[in-house]
Amino acid sequence: MSILPNILFALILIAGIGYFAKNVKKLIRNIKLGHDVDVSDNTSQRWQNMTRIALGQSKMVRRPIAGFLHIIVYVGFVIINIEVLEIIIDGLFGTHRIFSAMGGFYGFLIGSFEILALLVFVSVIIFWIRRNIIKLKRFWKSEMKGWPKSDGNIILYFEMILMTLFLVMNATDVHFQAMNNGNVISQFIAPLFSNMSEGTLHIIERGAWWLHIVGILIFLNYLYFSKHLHILLAFPNTYYGKVKPKGQLDNLEAVTKEVKMMMDPDADPFAAPAEDESGTDDVAKFGASDVQDLNWVQLLNAYTCTECGRCTDECPANQTGKKLSPRKIMMDTRDRLEEVGKNIDANNGEFKDDGKQLLGDYITNEELWACTSCNACVQACPVSIDPLSIIIDMRRYLVMEQSAAPAELNNMMTNIENNGAPWPYNQMDRLNWKDE
Amino acid sequence: MSELLKVPTMAEYMAQGKQPDVLFWVGCAGSFDDRAKKITKAFVKLLNKAKVDFAVLGTEESCTGDPAKRAGNEFLFQMQAVTNIEVLNAYEVKKIVTACPHCFNTIKNEYPELGGHYEVMHHTQFLKSLLDEGKLTIEGGQYKGKRITFHDPCYLGRANNVYEAPRDLIQKLEAELVEMKNCKSKGLCCGAGGAQMFKDAEKGDKEVNVERTEQAIEVKPDIIAAGCPFCNTMMTDGVKAKDKEAEVDVMDIAELIANAQDL
Ligand code: SF4
Ligand code: SF4
Repeated sequence: MSILPNILFALILIAGIGYFAKNVKKLIRNIKLGHDVDVSDNTSQRWQNMTRIALGQSKMVRRPIAGFLHIIVYVGFVIINIEVLEIIIDGLFGTHRIFSAMGGFYGFLIGSFEILALLVFVSVIIFWIRRNIIKLKRFWKSEMKGWPKSDGNIILYFEMILMTLFLVMNATDVHFQAMNNGNVISQFIAPLFSNMSEGTLHIIERGAWWLHIVGILIFLNYLYFSKHLHILLAFPNTYYGKVKPKGQLDNLEAVTKEVKMMMDPDADPFAAPAEDESGTDDVAKFGASDVQDLNWVQLLNAYTCTECGRCTDECPANQTGKKLSPRKIMMDTRDRLEEVGKNIDANNGEFKDDGKQLLGDYITNEELWACTSCNACVQACPVSIDPLSIIIDMRRYLVMEQSAAPAELNNMMTNIENNGAPWPYNQMDRLNWKDE
Repeated sequence: MSELLKVPTMAEYMAQGKQPDVLFWVGCAGSFDDRAKKITKAFVKLLNKAKVDFAVLGTEESCTGDPAKRAGNEFLFQMQAVTNIEVLNAYEVKKIVTACPHCFNTIKNEYPELGGHYEVMHHTQFLKSLLDEGKLTIEGGQYKGKRITFHDPCYLGRANNVYEAPRDLIQKLEAELVEMKNCKSKGLCCGAGGAQMFKDAEKGDKEVNVERTEQAIEVKPDIIAAGCPFCNTMMTDGVKAKDKEAEVDVMDIAELIANAQDL
């Protein structure tokens, strides 16, 4: 027996996994471009969130139809991957259906895979119809043109093809059909091939088998370039997601230091600024104008975004026709981060100023100022993404670094500064209501 | 009527060497906005009726810094916060109640890291606890059988998961509580948060408050109940924009309860 196919298989496998590993490394490097943030708190709450939200898909079912279908595809994906294990062993060692030695249990396993494959196939078709025929509003917003739109469909085609190949592979496997155990779905497909010779069947079976495994490897490598990365990142992302009350924004530490200095009557106003304990020499920049100013959880968020648009769907600003879309905020952040990553790759590991930044080139001030900080997007996100934190960090940059707030907000802030209220009333009149 | 209001200040308490049970944080809207002042008074009437031992800071109170923080001015926010915390800590305040969800959120969640640790309650939670302790009774009064819908303030609901206290109070009025299509964690913002109250909205098809008011009007309420002075303004404006002032009132829950008892 020729060992050539086994070698070929091993090479394809190594190439597929190798390229994937390379991209994962890049992914981690890019995420680490964000500055550090302490997420060592609340570990038990974090594990709970991950189990409930990522593993248990608890937030998906808030929209019952999409939620139910998604759970099928998710469970199908996880379970059918057990089959991949067999494929890999067979491929490397030239065996055929090595697990079939398990007998009846094997039949049970493959039988459930086949049923799942069919369910996944049907769900994916419904997903496709929702996107392309019913044209669900959230998949047709302005940020969903071009790549994001095709990406969504490509994934669906991929799954359709993979599921079909799996079933065809089973249906044309003469030995498997002869076992008459577990071919619950494929037995109905088998008649399609009934008048073919055993040789032809074998070729089709082998063809489907190879395409199936190669397809899976391509799919694996496609992830990095796709919103589908969420199938991996949803887990760390829900773990590192916000555990504080949604209304609680972080208190910028750099500001706390300065405020304490200003308020401390003993502080020497002419003293050199205190040595930065973190050892980094970048002068504290307030807020964010580019991806490097965000923290790594925010960048992880950007890579995790599934572009489902649930956030945008519930955003009051978006609902009333304003330019803001929290999904776009996340997509922009990811696009810019990718651009920065490529820049670093092209310049031997060093970022060369490209005259662009997240603020202005991707996200406009108008979008940022439209946010009511209502947290609807944070609540809606099925994978614990916090678009609001990025919006606030960018507002901070606009206000504290550029003094670029809308004039009315400047008025409001001046009033607070002078009168202790956002309106031009005298603080001494605060209790007047009592006697009015 | 106003001579009936008893509103002691912390300074007065201090002068007598006493400490009130709770500090009523009035907030900027509650102090200066004509509509919100009525809410403040209604709440004080209830506090007086329940004989709650409370005080206000009066002229020593200052903006919590919420709109500044959400507009991105972390500096101004922290200056306000640190100043307020100094005052509160000097009076050894332990418990705070406020009728403004923005003050509530900021003092409860953002002050602790800056050195201000207090037990903070929204006035609906506080009223509910007075009720549970039997210090306050609620009668249906003029609101018996009325259709009331509750608009969840983002900073009370989603931001802090307080959904039930205001609803419990409305039900105590023997009113019919009707929910809008977006309620509780799916509630729609009134459009005022994140410092939007202080500026014109960005260009769009519609104002957020109008959209929200339409959702409210859809359930044909007699009253839209709010638990936030900013929501109150936004919904009142929305009702005006829809020419429904004659049919629909916008009221704070404290006002509903105070009115029901003819306070
Ligand atoms: S927090 Fe801002 S971006 Fe998020 S839903 Fe509300 S208005 Fe939209
Ligand atoms: S941020 Fe969350 S809700 Fe919004 S599109 Fe991305 S995954 Fe969906």
